[in-house]
Amino acid sequence: MSILAYNGGAIIAMKGKNCVAIASDKRFGIQAQTLSCNFDKIFEMGPHLYIALPGLATDTQTVQQKLKFRLNLYELRENRRIHPKAFASMVSNLLYERRFGPFFVEPVIAGLDPKTFEPFVCNLDLIGCPNIPEDFVVGGTCSEQLYGMCEALWKPDLLPDELFETISQALLNAVDRDAMSGWGARVYIIEKDKIVVKELKTRMD
Amino acid sequence: MSSVVDPFNKFSYMESGSQRQHFSPYADNGGSVVAIAGEDYAIIAADTRLSSGFSIYTREQSKLFQLSEKTILGCSGCWCDTLTLTRVLDARMQMYYHEHQKLMETPAVAQMLSTMLYYKRFFPYYVSNILAGLDGEGKGCVYSYDPIGHCEKSYFRAGGSAGALLQPLLDNQIGFHNMEKVTVAPVPVEKALAILKDGFISAAERDIYTGDSILIKIITKDGIKDESFQLRKD
Repeated sequence: MSILAYNGGAIIAMKGKNCVAIASDKRFGIQAQTLSCNFDKIFEMGPHLYIALPGLATDTQTVQQKLKFRLNLYELRENRRIHPKAFASMVSNLLYERRFGPFFVEPVIAGLDPKTFEPFVCNLDLIGCPNIPEDFVVGGTCSEQLYGMCEALWKPDLLPDELFETISQALLNAVDRDAMSGWGARVYIIEKDKIVVKELKTRMD
Repeated sequence: MSSVVDPFNKFSYMESGSQRQHFSPYADNGGSVVAIAGEDYAIIAADTRLSSGFSIYTREQSKLFQLSEKTILGCSGCWCDTLTLTRVLDARMQMYYHEHQKLMETPAVAQMLSTMLYYKRFFPYYVSNILAGLDGEGKGCVYSYDPIGHCEKSYFRAGGSAGALLQPLLDNQIGFHNMEKVTVAPVPVEKALAILKDGFISAAERDIYTGDSILIKIITKDGIKDESFQLRKD
C-alpha cells in the first residue's frame, strides 16, 4: 500500500463569497487500526492563512515545523505578513527540494489575501506541483469521494454559513465511505474579521 | 540467462535472448451505473462511454440489459466479460421460463446472478453489476455485486469507475445520512431522477471513464420508460 495512505485522513478547502473554509477529519491510525481521534492536520500559518497536511503523519508534523521556520524567517526579513500565493510557492519550493526522496504529504492551503482579503485555495502534490483552482481542493485517502461530494454541492458565492454547511456535508458523507478517515472532524471558516472553528460530531465506526 | 543465478538448472530450457510473452485476459473499459429504488418504481442509469486507457471506443454504448419486464441489469468493467455474462444470463432466463412457465422475479434473478458469478470464483467475470427491478409485491429493489458474487440488497447504489464519487452523494441525498431534523422517507421518482442526473454531471467532471451521455430506464408496474441525458464529451 502507498505510504501516503499509511495513516489515513481527509481534507477539503473551499472558496466562498469573501470567505474560505478548510476542514479535516481527526483520525490518526496505522493502516486499519485507529490510534487517536484527536490528530490535528490543519495548522495556522497566519491570521488568515491555514495549511492542512494529509499523508504520512510523521511528515505532516515535520513539514509543518519546517514551514513554520521558513515562514518566521520570511516575515522577519520582510516585516510583513505573507501572501497566500507566496506561501504556496514556499511550500512548493520546500517539497521540490526533496524531489527524489519526498515528504509524503499532499498539502492543502486556504487563506485570505492580507490586504484585499481575496479568498485563496490551493493544493500541491507530494513533490510540490501546485494547483490553484477557482472553487475547491481536496486531499487525503478519500479524495475520490470528496471530489464527488464537492462537485455536486459546491456553487459560487456561498455565504459563510452556507459554506460551512456545504463543506461539512461534503466531508462527513465522504469520510463515511472511507475506512481510513473520519473519527471526528474540524472546520475552519475564515472571514475578514472573524475565524470560526467548529467541531463536527461524526460517526465513530 | 547467464546472468540469472540458477543453482537447480531450472531454466536450462531457456535459450539466451528468449523473451517471455504476456497476455492479460482482462481489460477495464470503465463506465458507471447508478440505481435507485422507491416504493413503486426502480430507476437504473448508466453512462454510454466505452473506453480503454486514454482512448474512447464509442460514445453510445448502452450498459443496461433488460432481463425481463421488471428487471434490468447494469454492468461496468470488462466489456467482453459483460457480453459473455449477459449472454449466459439471457439463456438462463429462457431456461427458467420454459421450465416453470413463468418469468423469473427480480429476487430470483438476483440470487441466480450471485451463483453465476461465484461459479467463476477463480477466473472471475471482471464486471461490477447492479440489478434493479420490482420485486414480487411490486416494490422497487436494487441488488449490487462484487465481481465474485457477493450480493447486497439496498435502495440506492452507485457502481463502476465513478462509484466512489457517486455513492456518498446518494448516501446524503437519498439515504439522508448526516442530516438532522429530516423525516427519512422513500424519495419520489422525480427527485430521484434529478439527483441521479446531478450526480452523473458531477462524476463526468472528474472521472475520465464516465461521460458522453447517460441512458436511464424507469421501471414501474406499467412498464419500462427510457430516457437519455447528455453529459460532457471531453
